[in-house]
Amino acid sequence: MAEIAAFAKPASLEATPTHYCPGCSHGVIHRLLAELLDELGIRRRTVTVLPVGCSVLGYDYFSTDCQEASHGRAPAVATGVKRARPDLFVLCYQGDGDLASIGAGEIVHCANRGEKVTVVFVNNATYGMTGGQMAPTTLPDQETTTCPGGRDVDQAGYPIRVAELLSTLRTPAFIARGAAHTPRHAIHAKALLRRAFRCQMEGRCFSLVELLSICPTNWGLPPAEAGRWLERQMIPYYPLGVLKTPDGPDRAPLPLATLPEAAPGSAR
Amino acid sequence: MARTLIKGNEAIGEAAIRAGCKLFFGYPITPQTEILEYMSRRLPQVGGTFVQAESELAASNMLYGAAGAGERVMTASSSPGISLMMEAVSYLAGAELPAVIVNVMRAGPGLGGILPGQADYLQATKGGGHGDYRCLVLAPWSVQEAVDLMRDAFDLADYYRNPVLVLCDGVMGQIMEPVEFADERSPCRPLGAKDWATTGWQGDRPRAVINSLYLDPDRLQAHNRHLQAKYDRMTRDEIRCAGPDPAEPLDLLVVAYGASARVSATALEVLKTRGVAAALCRSISLFPFPSAAVARAAARAKAVLVVEMSAGQMLEDVRLAVGERRPIHFLGRQGGILVMPEDVVDAAERILAAPAVREGAGG
Repeated sequence: MAEIAAFAKPASLEATPTHYCPGCSHGVIHRLLAELLDELGIRRRTVTVLPVGCSVLGYDYFSTDCQEASHGRAPAVATGVKRARPDLFVLCYQGDGDLASIGAGEIVHCANRGEKVTVVFVNNATYGMTGGQMAPTTLPDQETTTCPGGRDVDQAGYPIRVAELLSTLRTPAFIARGAAHTPRHAIHAKALLRRAFRCQMEGRCFSLVELLSICPTNWGLPPAEAGRWLERQMIPYYPLGVLKTPDGPDRAPLPLATLPEAAPGSAR
Repeated sequence: MARTLIKGNEAIGEAAIRAGCKLFFGYPITPQTEILEYMSRRLPQVGGTFVQAESELAASNMLYGAAGAGERVMTASSSPGISLMMEAVSYLAGAELPAVIVNVMRAGPGLGGILPGQADYLQATKGGGHGDYRCLVLAPWSVQEAVDLMRDAFDLADYYRNPVLVLCDGVMGQIMEPVEFADERSPCRPLGAKDWATTGWQGDRPRAVINSLYLDPDRLQAHNRHLQAKYDRMTRDEIRCAGPDPAEPLDLLVVAYGASARVSATALEVLKTRGVAAALCRSISLFPFPSAAVARAAARAKAVLVVEMSAGQMLEDVRLAVGERRPIHFLGRQGGILVMPEDVVDAAERILAAPAVREGAGG
């Protein structure tokens, strides 16, 4: 009965229905994480940190010890857990409003201190829980309830590319971006997550995987169409791949392009 | 036992370490910074962990995470930084996590100044953060008492699963005094295992979930009632105050805490030499406030004088305790200026010389 085994519920997920909307990527991402906790045998030493956002009730779904965090503070809470108990595996699960807006300070410093935690950053280009407001990741001209005429970059600036931003830091071990809207992408995402988990298990410092995901409810699109929208609109702005690995000779940030207006005599 | 001459802030750090504090998260701010510096030096020596956070907001949320993992944890700051921590204090109280938070108060509001103040009393005792919650609030009047209260603060935090605020004014942080660090002793309250902490779920207990979210209104109300019952127990069992001696004659009752109480005690010695029957009721626990003790002492006096480095914050609790039964006077200084003993002496003599008080009215 190999088929049944393949679709068995991971032990790291509770046997309970979730509150997520039909088509939402959170369910897929939860499953990928739970499968990894099972496969790597770390569920019993995992603490999952779940801040405010659609995934705030994640403590009902992940079959691990959990801490709820206030809005944006998950990287600080995760820091506290990991520093108190370095033997624990600390998984931090954040949305884009949480991580890129109200918690922008906490994620930058958690990454820069090189906390030995793993952050899963779910980017669906909107605030899901509060009903589809503009996020720092909302795309130019994308309509939300707080930018009804579409995101005006003159007023709100361009969306923040979190994975690229954090990759400019010298410290972090592993930073990558995947997506969760098709089975093919989910398999790729799981491979990225596995590498991020491995970093923490090997005692390397901070790892983060950004996962592009769909929000059919707040995008006002059926799931299949939402997937196509992600493909056409999000991936060109948020390219998928690995931005930083722990394999380099040092933790050097991505090389900067030659500065066009460098001072005379600047060494390059 | 040997006495050590030590600065208040450093003594607070040392006392925390001796009380078993394993992690400190903080951010620099005057006049608290020596606690941060001391902990950065000392904690690694005893196998503890020090983290300099990017902000007080982050420090207080690191505190939450580490408290939830079951360790003895602490942060310290001064007034503007404490305001930034209020989010986490509300979450700590809501999720019932034990943590010790030291506020070395400076003068406010806003950026205020770096000199001592006592104007965070209402923030500390009445809430500060959102929602119905209380912190235990302890206020030392000497470096020795700060050391002793730090010991108890960690036990009380664990016992009640609640944040404990140690409210020091800038004077307590900055003065140097000889201090005795007590030997090992058993906890001041019976403490159980932290089986609620997120230490990894082995299946031998319910899954640990540190949380303050209850979307069901009945469950949230039940949670609130549980918290209120805990605060009622604190109010019943944790009142700490000193004086006045019930045998001494009493015309004027002085009520104060921290450095203002210390100044008032000096003033009372002067008043004694002038034959004035004045005595001090010093509040050590600010929440719970020693209302009954203040009311009892006030009943023996002709008038009450409240002394604070604020515009009158504890004054509100004294008024609630004493009501209209005695005239209540207030002497306060702001801006980082200490009340001087002669100020208290003058105020006391003026109050007792007023015709209504001389005739024994006010009862």
